[in-house]
Amino acid sequence: MNYFQLFNLPAQFDLDLTELGSRYLKLQKQFHPDQHSSGSERDKLLAVQQTANINDAYHSLKQPLLRAEHLLALRGLKISNEQRSFTDPMFLMQQMELREQLSEVAQSDDPDAMIDSIERELQQQKKQLLKQLASALDAQTAEQDQLAADLIRKLKFFFKLQQELELIEQQLQD
Amino acid sequence: MALLQIAEPGQSAAPHQHKLAAGIDLGTTNSLVATVRSGEAKTLVNRQGRDMVPSVVRYTADGVVVGDAALAAAVDDAQNTIVSVKRLMGKGYSETTALKQQVPYQLVDQQGLVAINTAQGVKNPVEVSAEILATLANTASETLGGELNGVVITVPAYFDDAQRQATKDAAKLAGLNVLRLLNEPTAAALAYGLDSGQEGVIAVYDLGGGTFDISILRLRRGVFEVLATGGDSALGGDDFDHAIVAYLQQQTGQANLSHQQMRQYLTTARQLKEQLTEQDSVDFTLPLSDGVYNGSLRRAELEQLISPLVKQTIRACRQVLRDAGLSADDIVKVVMVGGSTRVPLVRQQVAAFFATEPLTSIDPDKVVAIGAAIQANVLVGNKAEGDTLLLDVIPLSLGLETMGGLVEKIIPRNTVIPVARAQEFTTFKDGQTAMALHVVQGERELVDDCRSLARFELRGIPPMPAGGAHIRVTFQVDADGLLSVTAQEKSTGVQANIQVKPSYGLTDDQVATMLKGSMQYARQDMQLRLLREQQVEAERVLEAVSQALKADAALLSEGELDSIQQALAALQQVKQGDDTAAIKAAIEHTNQLTDDFAARRMDQSIRRALKGHNVDEV
Repeated sequence: MNYFQLFNLPAQFDLDLTELGSRYLKLQKQFHPDQHSSGSERDKLLAVQQTANINDAYHSLKQPLLRAEHLLALRGLKISNEQRSFTDPMFLMQQMELREQLSEVAQSDDPDAMIDSIERELQQQKKQLLKQLASALDAQTAEQDQLAADLIRKLKFFFKLQQELELIEQQLQD
Repeated sequence: MALLQIAEPGQSAAPHQHKLAAGIDLGTTNSLVATVRSGEAKTLVNRQGRDMVPSVVRYTADGVVVGDAALAAAVDDAQNTIVSVKRLMGKGYSETTALKQQVPYQLVDQQGLVAINTAQGVKNPVEVSAEILATLANTASETLGGELNGVVITVPAYFDDAQRQATKDAAKLAGLNVLRLLNEPTAAALAYGLDSGQEGVIAVYDLGGGTFDISILRLRRGVFEVLATGGDSALGGDDFDHAIVAYLQQQTGQANLSHQQMRQYLTTARQLKEQLTEQDSVDFTLPLSDGVYNGSLRRAELEQLISPLVKQTIRACRQVLRDAGLSADDIVKVVMVGGSTRVPLVRQQVAAFFATEPLTSIDPDKVVAIGAAIQANVLVGNKAEGDTLLLDVIPLSLGLETMGGLVEKIIPRNTVIPVARAQEFTTFKDGQTAMALHVVQGERELVDDCRSLARFELRGIPPMPAGGAHIRVTFQVDADGLLSVTAQEKSTGVQANIQVKPSYGLTDDQVATMLKGSMQYARQDMQLRLLREQQVEAERVLEAVSQALKADAALLSEGELDSIQQALAALQQVKQGDDTAAIKAAIEHTNQLTDDFAARRMDQSIRRALKGHNVDEV
């Protein structure tokens, strides 16, 4: 299913999220099962399926990584659920360093300052990778698509780190 | 058939027809029914002039009584008088060990599920709840002068799939058409109209007779999202009463109370609590073994007595905010629910904690039922405005058991519902034709720490070498938060049979059997009801298809149009008769004929919905 088509939006990485949101609500208003709760059984079932699709599409387009994955999938490059080991020694090294820093937060003299500094680092890296991802996807060539797939894999590491950092922050607050 | 009745915003599909709908607050201690009349949502009173019906069901040798009459016997016939049945909904027998000590009736094991031994035999919580629902629905039909077209029933936000399913089964057993299960805090927020215009985080503080719930909702662009829920299932207004009783005992020097004295003390305690919401000091009289005791209680003294209990609720509020990752000043509105929130100390403490004056203008006992009534009125189609859109989220994650007793999350909590997620599985043995899946609900990593929902057995997988069969299992959660599962083998397209064994629920067959065995439906009634159900469904189908043809006949070829019209005429005719099976067959025939038409209309309506948005403008 082409999620961009569903929302009648251009199939590109750079997306107007406000517009996406308002189109999402417009579709929801029409298809949500609540609008069909006095309809026939099949109406209701169809409404559930249709809304589930709309929800799924919105969920996937809203988030940059899922949106990029969907865009690649539409171009015939499927990378979700792939099991692939990653071999970029420089990148892996950098990840290990960041992980080490994360594990030291709890013991640090000033955990808050350390969290802030890791957060800044993560944000900066993410921003840079997302920018590269946008231009790779815009190029629409097989070669650049491969590069985009690689960038998505890298970004996944950063999003994961971000989650872990938030978890650590929460644990410290408790 | 699958023709969605697509109504343009601002107009309903079938105008000029006012339908009867009610909202039901099925509470632990009390239940209420409400409806919208002349644009105003109000609770309905029964023949005794009461709108609050105690959630109590008494089974005697000659029948069943519900409400006040049942409550009156709660002491004398405790074994057959079921109170707080809500606590048993969707629970397994083994899960209720703690409750066994607390309830005066006898809990028994009904094939793993909890049930109650009564003078009328073993009754399960679904049957008991059905009695309460039927009583409330009866009040509504009598008041409104007709059978209800549909109801909205409220459930606690934290209710899992099994508890929601049990509630829906109870409604089915009571012969009710459930438009939607609605979360209680969402209903309360709706009653205050917070769905229109309000953006931000809302807290719903619900202090009932025996339970305390605190829910944090986020309202954003018409989406109600439950961020976190918490509370204490063993803390409520009854504890206030007991604290006052203990104080009164101290004053009168009566250490041991008989049953009758206890009731007297409790009545006095409740009166004191209620009067002290208005007055600063109240006098009371209690009988002693020789003479009477005259005393008085000041509000300050009362507050001292209940203060530890109120503090306990505030602690739970702090905890739930932490769970939501928020602080008290993120809350823009606080909604008060439950009779005990009338106590001034409760209001003060809540206002102080959230630093905002809580909303109390709607009777806290009725606010949930009123919200449910408002939503029921919209859902049944009486209110045409397309503005209300209530998007709910799934309260607890759904997952599958994987190797080593670990949980793999399939649908994380707070995902907007309805939602469908597919997962692929493959066989690991040559010629394997069956596969077992275990679905759990909860946030923890280990299966044992989550709640078991159901075990599914996939059968009829075509025999292939190991790893050859790819089975795509789709988990679908509907707008009520209820799960259904379908499975298909990908290469052959063979639909695998699924046998659902709910861990703590009834199978469809069991519900059907209960329906047949139910006292309310003697054999003939049952057949009449099945016939009526098919007739209603036939009417819906006829209505939907006619509307669709009126709007979009252009999407059909002449031949298609012709055969659909023939099917409609046939359905119309067979509907008048009393052959249930024939009506069903005619509906199915119409459905098949119009499947394609429905898909075309769906595509067209999606395009239309977004018409006016030019791609180039984005």
